[in-house]
Amino acid sequence: MKILVTCKRVLDPYIKARVKPDGSGVNLDNVKMAMNPFDEIAVEEAIRLKEAGTATEVISVSIGGAKSEETLRTSLAMGADRAIHVVTDEDVEPLGLAKVLKKLIEEESPGLVIMGKQAIDGDSNQVGQMLAALMGWPQGTNVSKVEMGDGEATITREIDGGLETLLLKTPAVLTADLRLNEPRYASLPNIMKAKKKPMDKKPLEELGVDTVPRQETIKVSEPAARAAGIKVADVAELVSKLKNDAQVI
Amino acid sequence: MSILIIAEHDNGSLKGATLNTVTAAQKIGGDIDILVAGTDCGSAAEAASKLPGIRSVKLADSAEYGHQLAENVAPLVVAAAADYSHILAPATTDGKNLIPRVAALLDVMAISDISDVIDADTFERPIYAGNIMSVLKSSDAKKLITVRTTKFAACAEDGGSASVDAISATGDAGIASFVSQDLTQSDRPELTSAKIVISGGRGMQNGENFAMLDAVAEILNAAVGASRAAVDAGFVPNDYQVGQTGKVVAPDLYIAVGISGAIQHLAGMKDSKVIVAINNDEEAPIFQVADYGLVMDLFEALPQLKDALA
Repeated sequence: MKILVTCKRVLDPYIKARVKPDGSGVNLDNVKMAMNPFDEIAVEEAIRLKEAGTATEVISVSIGGAKSEETLRTSLAMGADRAIHVVTDEDVEPLGLAKVLKKLIEEESPGLVIMGKQAIDGDSNQVGQMLAALMGWPQGTNVSKVEMGDGEATITREIDGGLETLLLKTPAVLTADLRLNEPRYASLPNIMKAKKKPMDKKPLEELGVDTVPRQETIKVSEPAARAAGIKVADVAELVSKLKNDAQVI
Repeated sequence: MSILIIAEHDNGSLKGATLNTVTAAQKIGGDIDILVAGTDCGSAAEAASKLPGIRSVKLADSAEYGHQLAENVAPLVVAAAADYSHILAPATTDGKNLIPRVAALLDVMAISDISDVIDADTFERPIYAGNIMSVLKSSDAKKLITVRTTKFAACAEDGGSASVDAISATGDAGIASFVSQDLTQSDRPELTSAKIVISGGRGMQNGENFAMLDAVAEILNAAVGASRAAVDAGFVPNDYQVGQTGKVVAPDLYIAVGISGAIQHLAGMKDSKVIVAINNDEEAPIFQVADYGLVMDLFEALPQLKDALA
């Protein structure tokens, strides 16, 4: 069974996003970028399934500009077998991304797709569900545990009140939540090896997929900062302030 | 315009998130219907029919909807979609699971987690964990939307008398089935709807020490939350997590104990009305957003706080 995993190049999660001076978008020039942390978890899970003998090949996919190649090389250094880079400078929306992935699935016929539950830039949390819909496959979103069976997968999802376990027929789309695993660091020898692993480059326009945006960004802005309040000396003063000034207890 | 709201419920009762979603729908404007899909969910539909300003409640009561599997509910929403310009669900784990699936089946983009309605086509939503607000205009004929419930007040629970109309079930897709669920048991309010939340961070040192937060929460009828650091350290389960990657809360009072105040945590609680921070590190970033800061060892402060409130 092949597993397809996705990895998006995003602003490094430890760097604060800043708006461009003209308010047209977020400044991504000359800032550190990284693999979307939820995608790292997805890549790790796919590699573990291969190490466990469940999967035969892990194919990582990224849809983005020239530098997405670096993100794919990271996935290869972690242990993915080969990569597909769909090259575009467009900011493709989740529906368009799902359509591109569908096209790749038709070519590769994976038995499982694992992606991050959301990318930490747009926070949309849509592509996995959309891809599952377009394929007519079941979806396991926000998964924290995966057990592969014969033609099926038992998955545990993080839901609002706790955990939920579902049985999905495979092929299926899974989206990774934080507690699924702890991604490995790529070792130096593996980083060297990753440079020789195959990377297939496909220009987006050659795939014949409709990625015309449906949404226009009118403006982006930074929310008003919350002003710091006062320091209280002790618990008695705190309780008094909450009772008398704020009147919240 | 006509709007369909997907109700959040547990078959027996309507969940509060539905009430916030009604307010978002009212801001868009137009006729509002509510879809209650579930199993033996008549009482939830009845509760929905009493919400003010609802035109009608569509009730799909069938075995395949009992656990809100998106594979089964999405075709039902698609079947009903022709009559609506907007389809809204709360941005809960169920809503976020369902809406993009419906959107793809209808070949439209979804609009996630809206924090404000500018007009019927234009919405504000947080990106980058709420560090950036984005205003977008949708050109899709149908808008598929999830609503950030903390950004819209709850509508009243009664005052309306909408009709409840049964609609045909669409069957079991046969590709996903429910096995079990393990819900955190608590007598106290849910994190996302509690008026007071007290959360612990890495400073709590271990899971046992969360009992000290429980003791204060008991007195205040508060929910207990945690930072991602505390969840990653294994102190408490993930459904306690407040932050970008967990739950977003906006209670009247948020008490952060032993939490440094990473961006990812602030994203989940900075809209709280009053924020209290208790931390022994006076340089902790949490103090920059706190209305009341107490620089003190939490293991001294919590017992004192409990005694002062008792």
